[in-house]
Amino acid sequence: MENGSHGSVLCQLVSPEGEHLEAPVYLPHNVGPPQLQDIVNKLLHNEEKLPYAFYIGDEELSLQLGAYMQQKNANVEVTLRIVYQPQAVFRIRPVNRCSATIAGHTEAVLAVSFSPDGRCLASGSGDTTVRFWDLNTQTPLFTCKGHKNWVLCIAWSPDGKHLVSGSKSGELILWDPKTGKQLGTPLTGHRKWITAVSWEPVHLQSPSRRFVSASKDGDARIWDITTRKCVISLAGHTNAVTCVKWGGDGLIYTGSEDCSIKVWETSQGKLVKTLQGHGHWVNSLALSTEYVLRTGAYDHTGKTYSSAEEMKEAALARYEKMRGNAPERLVSGSDDFTMFLWEPAISKQPKARMTGHQKLVNHVYFSPDGQWLASASFDKSVKLWNGITGKFIAAFRGHVADVYQISWSADSRLLLSGSKDSTLKVWDIRTRKLKQDLPGHADEVYAVDWSPDGEKVVSGGKDRALKLWMN
Amino acid sequence: MPQGDYIELHQKRHGRRMDFEERKRKKEARSVKKNSKDARKLLGAKGKRFAKKRYAEKAQMKKTLKMHDESTSRQKVDDDVEEGALPPYLLDRDQTQRAKVLSNTIKQKRKEKAGKWDVPLPKVRGVAEDEMFKVLRTGKRKTKQWKRMVTKATFVGPGFTRKPPKYERFIRPTGLRFTKAHVTHPELKCTFNLDIISVKKNPNGQMYTSLGVMTRGTIIEVNVSELGLVTPAGKVVWGKYAQVTNNPENDGCINAVLLV
Repeated sequence: MENGSHGSVLCQLVSPEGEHLEAPVYLPHNVGPPQLQDIVNKLLHNEEKLPYAFYIGDEELSLQLGAYMQQKNANVEVTLRIVYQPQAVFRIRPVNRCSATIAGHTEAVLAVSFSPDGRCLASGSGDTTVRFWDLNTQTPLFTCKGHKNWVLCIAWSPDGKHLVSGSKSGELILWDPKTGKQLGTPLTGHRKWITAVSWEPVHLQSPSRRFVSASKDGDARIWDITTRKCVISLAGHTNAVTCVKWGGDGLIYTGSEDCSIKVWETSQGKLVKTLQGHGHWVNSLALSTEYVLRTGAYDHTGKTYSSAEEMKEAALARYEKMRGNAPERLVSGSDDFTMFLWEPAISKQPKARMTGHQKLVNHVYFSPDGQWLASASFDKSVKLWNGITGKFIAAFRGHVADVYQISWSADSRLLLSGSKDSTLKVWDIRTRKLKQDLPGHADEVYAVDWSPDGEKVVSGGKDRALKLWMN
Repeated sequence: MPQGDYIELHQKRHGRRMDFEERKRKKEARSVKKNSKDARKLLGAKGKRFAKKRYAEKAQMKKTLKMHDESTSRQKVDDDVEEGALPPYLLDRDQTQRAKVLSNTIKQKRKEKAGKWDVPLPKVRGVAEDEMFKVLRTGKRKTKQWKRMVTKATFVGPGFTRKPPKYERFIRPTGLRFTKAHVTHPELKCTFNLDIISVKKNPNGQMYTSLGVMTRGTIIEVNVSELGLVTPAGKVVWGKYAQVTNNPENDGCINAVLLV
């Protein structure tokens, strides 16, 4: 079919959720992504021009419509469905150099985490200490001793005021990040080691008071930091609880080695639902709104809030915007090499089953805008899936050993993976290729994190050094 | 009959004294005083013997008391902090230890240039030519003796084609050709079945190296991509040297140890 610049194509613009934007229109052949952006902005009546990416049949549209039609030999008579996806207004630059290797821990670094505003950094290690690091000078700030055994997981409260760390002996300790001092005595109650910690979102309660911890002994406990007691104990799993997430609508999701995921409500600690389907341990859970819950009221503008109410409102606004009309989506990755996409608020049955990995799935993570889902597996690959439908999009191969953890950049354009082969790799989502290889660690990389402001990446592993990577 | 048995015999026949039990009881009651007197007064060798015996009794008594004490109260056993910290997602899995990051490639290159290698088998018994080759008599009258057949294990590359039979001097039989070696990592003590890439050096001579003969002590290059090793610069290592440790022509397989 010959196409001239006078030809036109019948197009239908569709939102990512599937709603049609307007009636199908005839667009001339020399219309490309910039023009489509203008059209969408106008039709949505956006005040400021937001960037969009356009997808036809899961492939991104980068050419003009005419060139695209010719390349694909598409039928002109069929209406072309163009899905538009809003992109982050800001753009994160990929990190490509190691700006500092900070030694300090005397045993392997097991967990690293940036604070929600991206200003502070904390790490937990096998030498039983939690350390705070100064990002401006890239030196240690505080060394917090208090745990009796390895510090397995750390979690910042979404308002950035507290850090809780869980250890192998089953204790949780609260730290004050400004002084590095322990707040009160250790919280005991769990009989075996702590596997995961998650705070209550700040839009549900500000200042942050409660968090939930999961342990190998099979129960999850909700703690209140002001009374310093275990408020509710969520017992029900018959085997270790491997991960726990506090959802934005006030439900707690726990995944366990007994192959089930349980949904609990938080006022009484009652079990709401049990999601069955996996054939082996559930290793990791991810929520579509997870990034927003983690960062709370802070976003890329770097605004600080003085009062707790302001924070709550700002966090609520961000959460509502992120969620839209759709219910929260939950993804679980398991030892049975598959992942399930659930919509727990709607039904007990999974929405989609994502197969394709050849070994167990260790970590699943939604992108900050909820459009993509990435999964890291011991089969040395990272796979990218559509965050809404669960459809497979691309596989990232490059690692030569198990991929342990992944982390997204704040604009959802870059994905970082840390692996047993001691390298980190940055993958570009748009081109679906490797963007940057970050070697340098002397041994396995156990934990990675990308700061919410997108400037820095931190990684820690078996070689006991903490590496900061920047642009 | 032995001396002491007469006493026992009498006791059996006539029984004990009537006040035996009472005397015994009273003597035991007095023994405390006697013991303390002895402890104070005994001197010399006797004193030493007594003191030793008394101490042993005291230690034993202390132990039994402690044992009785323990059962009443339960104590929390403090786990010692172990080595080899693992993140929570690896705690329930027993990972087989994999080969770690290697020595610097620059160091390796320098070693190669210098020709100095620290190998597990520095000296190998030399193999004589008549042991290595078998003479093949050819020709109409079987008088020509210029052909040789190799009697040891060999490696020929994947693109190997024989020379025309009329001109080939050295015959490497297919039955003695090997492509894989059982390579052991010296630190991890685990063995992998890896492909051979080439024969680097045979200590018996440069001719054998060029023929690809593998005897005990030969350095071969193996494909280690399945081990997932990465250099500090981030490059993936796919070839490493290993030294043959057995006599492959006797065993039918090649065992080698990886040179790290």
